Amino acid sequence: MGPLQIFRLALKALRRNLLRSFLTALGIIIGVAAVIAMVSIGEGAKQQVEASFASMGTNLLIVMPGSSMSGGARGGFGSQPTLTRDDLKAISTELTMVDAAAPDLRTGAQLQSEEQNWATSVHGTTPSFFRIRKWNAARGATLTDSDIDSGAKVVVLGATVAEKLFGANAEALGQLVRIKGVPFQVVGVLERKGQSANGQDNDDTALVPLSTFLSRLSPALGAFLPGPILVSAVSGEAVPRAQKQVTDLLRERHRIAVGADDDFNIRNLAEVASAQQQGADTLSSLLASIAAVSLLVGGIGIMNIMLVSVTERTREIGIRMAVGATPGQVLAQFLSEALTLSLLGGLIGVGAGVLIAQQLSAGFGWPLLIRTDVIFIATAFSGLVGVGFGLYPALKASRMDPITALRFE
Amino acid sequence: MALLELRDVTKVYRMGDVDVRALDGVSVQIERGEFVAIMGASGSGKSTMMNILGCLDRPTTGEYLLDGQSVASKSRAELAGLRNRAIGFVFQSFNLLSRTSALENVELPLLYAGVSSGAEREKRATGALTRVGLGERVDHLPNQLSGGQQQRVAIARALVNKPPLLLADEPTGALDSKTSVEVMQLLSDLSHEGMTVVLVTHEPDMAAWARRVLVMKDGKLVSDAKQQPVKGAA
Repeated sequence: MGPLQIFRLALKALRRNLLRSFLTALGIIIGVAAVIAMVSIGEGAKQQVEASFASMGTNLLIVMPGSSMSGGARGGFGSQPTLTRDDLKAISTELTMVDAAAPDLRTGAQLQSEEQNWATSVHGTTPSFFRIRKWNAARGATLTDSDIDSGAKVVVLGATVAEKLFGANAEALGQLVRIKGVPFQVVGVLERKGQSANGQDNDDTALVPLSTFLSRLSPALGAFLPGPILVSAVSGEAVPRAQKQVTDLLRERHRIAVGADDDFNIRNLAEVASAQQQGADTLSSLLASIAAVSLLVGGIGIMNIMLVSVTERTREIGIRMAVGATPGQVLAQFLSEALTLSLLGGLIGVGAGVLIAQQLSAGFGWPLLIRTDVIFIATAFSGLVGVGFGLYPALKASRMDPITALRFE
Repeated sequence: MALLELRDVTKVYRMGDVDVRALDGVSVQIERGEFVAIMGASGSGKSTMMNILGCLDRPTTGEYLLDGQSVASKSRAELAGLRNRAIGFVFQSFNLLSRTSALENVELPLLYAGVSSGAEREKRATGALTRVGLGERVDHLPNQLSGGQQQRVAIARALVNKPPLLLADEPTGALDSKTSVEVMQLLSDLSHEGMTVVLVTHEPDMAAWARRVLVMKDGKLVSDAKQQPVKGAA
C-alpha cells in the first residue's frame, strides 16, 4: 500500500466522524494559532526595540564630562566641564577602534519663523554627528566642515520642527529662523526618524555648527565643551575595545593618577540596547512557551481520541489483519490518521493565528512581525505532535492479536 | 504434496493457573481441491485448529506446513502475507467493514496485496462479486444487504486474491436454512472448481456437503472419514 492510499484511507476514516475529528483538531488549531499569534507579537516588539536602537546607533558611546563639587554637594556627571575640543580631536583621530566622534552640546531655545514659534532642543555639533547618528537630510544638506570653520549661522531642522515652524507642506529650505534672537538660515531638513527608545521625538530637534553654538547660543567656557561627546566604534563588536581606548586616552590626557577616579563617564548604549533586547527576548520566549503548552494539550487530545478510536475499531483492525494487513500497515494507517488530524489542524491554525495576530495588532496598536520560518516550524511541530502522540495508539493497534480483535464486540 | 499438513500439533493456552490443551497431538493432511468439514462440540478444539490453519495463531509444539512451508518460524508480518495470498476467510458474523461498500470490502485484500491500480482492483473485485451473484449490488453498504448477501460479499472477498485455501468458520451460523443452502451450494461449486475448502461447523446438515469429515473431541482428532456428499454434486 502506497503513502497516497494510506493517506486516502486516513481521510476517509476521519470524515466518518467529522465532528469528532474537528474537535480533536481544534486542540491543535488553537495551539498553532496561539504560537503564531504570540510569536508574531513578541517578534514585533523585539523588532521595534531593535529598530529604535538602530536609529540611535548601536555602536554608540557617550562620553560625559565629570561631576562638580561645590560646598560638599556633588553634581551629576556633566555638571563639571572636563572635556576639551582637543580631547574631541584626539578621540576622533588617534584611536583605531573609533570611527567618528562629535560633540553633542544642547540648549533649550525658542525658535521663531515669521509666522510661528516653537521651543525645542538646539544641538551644537560637527558634521560627524550625522554620520554617528545615521541621520540624513531629506531635503537640503547637513552641516559641513566649512560651516564649522566659518561659524556660519545655518541650521538643520528635524522634521517636526520644520513642520511646526513652516507648516506641513511649505518649503523650509532657505528660510530664516531666529534662535535666541540670532537669525539662522535653514540649510537642511532631516529625514523623519520617529520615536527614540525612551519615547522622545527624534524629529523635534535643530542642529547648528559647534562654533556658532559656542559663540552665539551658549556661554563660552574657553577650551572646554559644555556637554558630552558622542563616539561611534568601528563596529558593534568593537564597542568594548573603543570604550577602553577612549578611557585610556582621556586618563592620560587629563593626567589622572593610577587608582584615581575618572573625571568623565562613558555610557555604552549597546549595553542599554542589549538589556532592552533581553527584555523583548524574554517576552518572546514566554509567549512562545505558553503557546507550546497549548500545542502539547492539543497533542494529548489527539492521543486520547486515537486511543478511543483504536478500541472502537478493534474489529476493523481484526478484519484488516485477517485479510492480510501487516502490523506495519496497521501502524501506518493509524499513524497517518493522527498525522493528518494534526497537520490539517496545524494548517488551519496558521491561518487563524495570522488572522488573530493581525486583529490584535490592529486593535491594540501592537507592532507585528509574521515570520515565515515561525509558520514552518509551527506546522512542522504540529506534525511532530501528531506523530508523537499518535504513535502509542497506532502501536497498540498494530500489536493486536487478530483472533481476539475479530471476536471483539 | 498436501496443501495443508499438521504434524503432531499441540496448542496450550494458559487460563489463570491452569494449562488448557486446546489441541493435543493432531496430525492431518489435506490435499488440494478437497472439501473438508471439521466437526465437534464447542470446546472440542475445532476453532483453535481453524485459527492455526488460517495462520492467525501458531502451534505451541508440532509443525504446520502450508503448501510445503513451515509456518512456525514466520514473523507476524510474514503470517499476514500468507493470509493475504494463500487463505480466504469466511466468518459466521460476516466481518465486513461497516459503512464501506461491498466493492471496497472486496477490494481490501487487493489493497494489502499491493495492487496499486484502482481500476485493476475494481475490475477484479467486480469480477469476484459477479461470481457470487452480486454483480448488481457493488455499491451497497453491508447494512443495505441481507444476511445471505453479506455472506456472499465475504466469500467474494475471500476469493478475490485467488488463494488456494478457503476457510469457512460456521458460515451459515447466522443465516436461515434457505440462505444457508445457497451459501453451501456456492462453497461446493468453488470446491468443484479446484479450490480447497475447509469448513468448520457443528451442524451435521452442513457437514453433509463435504466430501471428507474430521471430528474433533477434547483437542484430539477422533474420526477422519470420506463420504459421498448428499447434495450439491451438480
